[in-house]
Amino acid sequence: MIRFVVRRLLQMCLVVLVLSMLVFAWLRSLPGGPVSAMLGERQTEERRAALEAALGLDQPLPVQYLKFLERAVQGNFGVSTKVLPGEDAFQVFLDRLPATVELSFLAMLLAIVLGIPLGYLAARRRGSLTDTGAVIFSLVGVAVPVFFTAFLLKYFFAVEWNLLPVSGRQSTGLDATRVTGMFVLDGVLTREWDAAWDALKHLILPSLALATIPFAVIFRITRAAVLDVLDEDYVRTAEAKGLTARVIRARHVLRNAMLPVVTTIGLQVGGLLAGAVLTETVFSFRGVGDALATAFREKDYPVLQVLIMAAAVIYVLVNLLVDVAYAIIDPRIRTR
Amino acid sequence: MTDPTSPQRRSYGSLRKDRIDQLATAGTVTEEPGVSLIRSAWHRLRRNPVFLIGAGITLLFVVLAAIAPWVAPWDVTATPLLDKVRPQSNPVPGPEAGHLLGADDRGRDLFSRLLVGSRQTLVVGVVATLFGLLGGLTLGTVAGAIGGWVDSLVMRIVDVMLSIPSLLLAFTVASLARNPSQWTLVIAIAIIQVPIFARLLRGSMLAQRGSDHVLAARSLGVRPGAIVFRHMLPNSLGPVIVQATLSLAVAIIDAAALSFLGLGNPDQRQPEWGQMLGRAQPFITEAPHLAFYPAGCIIVVALGFTLMGESLREALDPKSRR
Repeated sequence: MIRFVVRRLLQMCLVVLVLSMLVFAWLRSLPGGPVSAMLGERQTEERRAALEAALGLDQPLPVQYLKFLERAVQGNFGVSTKVLPGEDAFQVFLDRLPATVELSFLAMLLAIVLGIPLGYLAARRRGSLTDTGAVIFSLVGVAVPVFFTAFLLKYFFAVEWNLLPVSGRQSTGLDATRVTGMFVLDGVLTREWDAAWDALKHLILPSLALATIPFAVIFRITRAAVLDVLDEDYVRTAEAKGLTARVIRARHVLRNAMLPVVTTIGLQVGGLLAGAVLTETVFSFRGVGDALATAFREKDYPVLQVLIMAAAVIYVLVNLLVDVAYAIIDPRIRTR
Repeated sequence: MTDPTSPQRRSYGSLRKDRIDQLATAGTVTEEPGVSLIRSAWHRLRRNPVFLIGAGITLLFVVLAAIAPWVAPWDVTATPLLDKVRPQSNPVPGPEAGHLLGADDRGRDLFSRLLVGSRQTLVVGVVATLFGLLGGLTLGTVAGAIGGWVDSLVMRIVDVMLSIPSLLLAFTVASLARNPSQWTLVIAIAIIQVPIFARLLRGSMLAQRGSDHVLAARSLGVRPGAIVFRHMLPNSLGPVIVQATLSLAVAIIDAAALSFLGLGNPDQRQPEWGQMLGRAQPFITEAPHLAFYPAGCIIVVALGFTLMGESLREALDPKSRR
């Protein structure tokens, strides 16, 4: 087990290292080089020269790369030029992270809570109306772009029926205490229930929109996996032994069918990160995704560097955790 | 599902890879004597309503895109209803005689823009998928045919590419463009498709290297190049075609997402569905239909390709033959 985790950690380091090389090469290829990327276009010659010397741009490439790595490890990526001008790029990431964590967590929770039972039900009643309906829904779900789902939800629930807030993370004028930066959690921790409720209302539409991506996939994988497992000999054996339907469902069918589903959930985190860029833009939800959208459009390179590296690290890390969870569920993997 | 104990299970991203690998072996075996895979697949497709609906939708949009500039009632850059645009009271002119769907916020005929917009969306989707296919085919064939360290090297590159969320990678590539144009979209979308096709083809090639027909060709003294191009590649194309059809849907949605964020063609005069959808955002209260129409088009086209791809997969998968 430990060897397994260590090997996977090494693999992850390799991916991150290759990615850092790509980011480094990319910065070098920019017009004006990394100096313009860090300071923006309009800067005095003195400041440019000072930064060039500080960055060691007069030294050979490998030395430059090592220096770049050193700064990256220290979280020093320069100063934001467009997203929050003047603010440290890494700080921008840290400030925005809780919002996106909160949003993605709720979206994933919704997708799992809806997707797994529905997938199971569809498989058990294969060919029924429930099954066909759910399959069609998931096919359409894949074809609808997430930014349009977001737009639709916003139009009906916020604009037309006025049930939920249109945008933002919390109503203006609400005096809430900040602890973690995750507004719902903050409200619960400080027992400011009105603040928690207000933040949750702001979260509902964006997370519903974001949940459609993982939901469609989780549903389809669960359905396929349950169908596969139902055909297995051990399920027939369990039935023949006279085990109750509940025991067969929990211990034999669901537990085995969950294996591919767990992996899928990890993979969907990548889709969530990209989906967050679009969803947060529609709802003006000030998270990492919204910052990324601005950084992409306005070419805020310091912020882009941090966010892209961070997104890749988070994605790889989550998948590592998923694989560990996988090893726990499936003992066969640990032994090899 | 593949065997859950297969060793690939362990690597991260394994399910996505497994799915690709699983596709790689579909459609390569012809068990039934006498009936070729393609003929039997075509026989099944012709009677499959799902395929017919998907193909019908696709054909309709392709024809519309082809004739759009000639049937569109207005020039897409003309602003016939500009004098009806009142920023305060009437930001988006509604339908009237000669303007079926009204105009957009700049007084341009919405119906004409929707019609002509299909061109850019379809062209970007198709060309990007073709480029991705070509890149992936080259890498996958080289890796699968040569093997050894070349295979390892190519596959490590592919793994790194698959370890970045694909749409995020497309955003990054698109934002790098110094002079953004329609080609920015094509390149960004093509790049994220390369690793998928490469992995798919390599798996399929590897599966065939040990197969009887390749062994037979080799013992007959057929040159290695001919084995790869005449015997291995044609037999690997089934899953590649399936993936390409499904990729078209994803490419169109991803391209729309890029345009939506403003990373696409900066020339706002030429219509594109994703960009129209993005521009409609501020008018959500006054004119939600500005978003509904282009979104509807994207959804229907993407659904057309998805239905076609899914039914092709079913038809080409010998396991599902009844």
